[in-house]
Amino acid sequence: MFAYILRRLWQMLPTMAGVVVLVFVLFNWVGGDPSYLLAGKMADARAIANIRAQLGLDAPWYVQLGIFVKQIVTFDFGNAWATGEPVSHIIASRLGPSLTVLVPLTVLETTIGIALALAVAFVRGSLTDRVVMVACTVGMSISILVYIIVFQYGLAYKLGLFPVQGWGEHFTENLLRYATLPILIGLTVSLAPTLRLFRSFVLDEVGQDYVRTARAKGLPERRIVWVHVLRNAAIPIITYVMANLPALLIGAFLLERFFGIPGIGREVILAVERSDFPVIKAITVYVAAATMVFNLLADLMYQAVDPRVQLK
Amino acid sequence: MTVQELSLPATPVGLWGLAWRRLRADRVAMVALAVVGLFLLSVVLAATGLVAADWEDEVAVNYAPPSFVGPDPALAALALPPRPAPPNAFDPLAGDIAELRAQLARRGHAAHAAKRTTLPFGADKWGHDIVRKTIKGGQTSIVVGLVAAFVAVALGTLFGALSGFYGGLVDDLFNWFYNVFTAIPSILMILTVAAVLQTKGVLTIVLILGLTGWTGPYRLIRAEYIKHKAREYVMAADAIGASGWRKMFVHIFPNVSHVALVQMSILVVGFIKAEVILSFLGFGVPVGVVSWGSMLNEAQNELILGKWWQLTAAASAMAILVTAFSLFADALRDALDPKLK
Repeated sequence: MFAYILRRLWQMLPTMAGVVVLVFVLFNWVGGDPSYLLAGKMADARAIANIRAQLGLDAPWYVQLGIFVKQIVTFDFGNAWATGEPVSHIIASRLGPSLTVLVPLTVLETTIGIALALAVAFVRGSLTDRVVMVACTVGMSISILVYIIVFQYGLAYKLGLFPVQGWGEHFTENLLRYATLPILIGLTVSLAPTLRLFRSFVLDEVGQDYVRTARAKGLPERRIVWVHVLRNAAIPIITYVMANLPALLIGAFLLERFFGIPGIGREVILAVERSDFPVIKAITVYVAAATMVFNLLADLMYQAVDPRVQLK
Repeated sequence: MTVQELSLPATPVGLWGLAWRRLRADRVAMVALAVVGLFLLSVVLAATGLVAADWEDEVAVNYAPPSFVGPDPALAALALPPRPAPPNAFDPLAGDIAELRAQLARRGHAAHAAKRTTLPFGADKWGHDIVRKTIKGGQTSIVVGLVAAFVAVALGTLFGALSGFYGGLVDDLFNWFYNVFTAIPSILMILTVAAVLQTKGVLTIVLILGLTGWTGPYRLIRAEYIKHKAREYVMAADAIGASGWRKMFVHIFPNVSHVALVQMSILVVGFIKAEVILSFLGFGVPVGVVSWGSMLNEAQNELILGKWWQLTAAASAMAILVTAFSLFADALRDALDPKLK
């Protein structure tokens, strides 16, 4: 087990190196010279040269790459260009609000998704199943923007059930007051694709021999669904949920922006708007690393759930 | 009668013919196809200028409500042509302005045509007709979706073909590339590229989406090429001395093109949604170009004023197209790969 984890971490190195090079190439060659941006509108040649020297842009490319790698390894990306706040502090302080929304959202989405998928898969082909699937397709085709705009306007602004936007100091206040509507919207948007996917996972299982055997020995349908099928369908579900967690951190950016939640996603949007390269670079590299680690975690959990799987 | 005529049916039916037959039998798919066809027709008409070319004309009063709601009495005053300013003997520009007015009148511009108080589906902040604006916005969004999906599938197919066909070092290289691109969540990748490129424009969005979206098609096409390269027809092509490129794209590609087509139809849906979000955030289409995303951006503020029509128009046009396109993509996949289901 330990050897497996070590080898997987070792295999991540080339991919991580690729991510670093990709980000480096994007920001250093594809993008324009940031010193013009930083120098402002009334820039003279001296100021620009000064900024270039500060950023290390006048050094050869391998020195710049070295600086970038050092920044990644030491978690020190310097200060954000727009606000002067240390990048490491930005990431650390924005993680909490993001997780306050994302953890309840993921838990609710997965539980409700599994329950509905099992229910729908067992009446597959029936009218209910078809109506639910068509509803999912229609629900998925409406832009997330429309959900957010309409829900925020209707439930928060018109009816006053929730605060329109905002964020407080205390965790419970945030969770129960400010995060409720974003979670509700996130759930509405994500439930349809989740349900479709989980349904296909369950459908792969209900045709298996062990289900027939369980029926033949007279088990009640409830036990077959909730014990036999669920344990087998759980394997792809866990892989999917785990592997998607880091992407979700960014994916909630629209919710965070509309509701003024100071999370990672909103920070990315702000950084893109302000061309705040250190923040974008740091978030991209760390989210990529997190994606790889979570993929490994998914494989480890995979084995925990399914003893047949041998990690090699 | 020759032997050949006896043994073969009158017209042999290929993969595409069979798929078309299956698709024809699927009523939902045909309705979806018709809806998608209508949208594509509107794109062509809008692109050639036959329809909605004049969407920027301020034909109605600001925020004119839809006809079925009836005119808004608060806006009635705006519909009247403005009263001419009383003559001012001290106005130094009076002569110049009179000259300009005369020029405009000579070119046939009616000075301040009476503005309408209602339109079939209302007007926006500047009095643009929402129906025309939605058609024009649809042109941008759909063209971006189609072209970006084509770029992504072309890249994915090229990489997948090279990777699957040659294997070995080439395969390792592209797999590494694939791992790097999938390690970064696609939305973050899109935003990062948007931050770097700095230039707004339709071409930029197409490039962003196309260059980041090739991973899905790549994986599937690569698997198909691995499967096909060992088949007998490829060995036969090898025996007659066909080159690698010829085997890849003349012999094998027609047999895996259905995968590319299905992938493309799935990507179009995703990219239309992505374009709307990008344009909404202001990283997409430039100022002056209308898309469903920029319409939603305006509509967000209008909703608070109670002007719901622009939001409804853009949102429902997009929802109808995306629903039809997804249903068609599903049916297309089922028709081209009957083993699945």
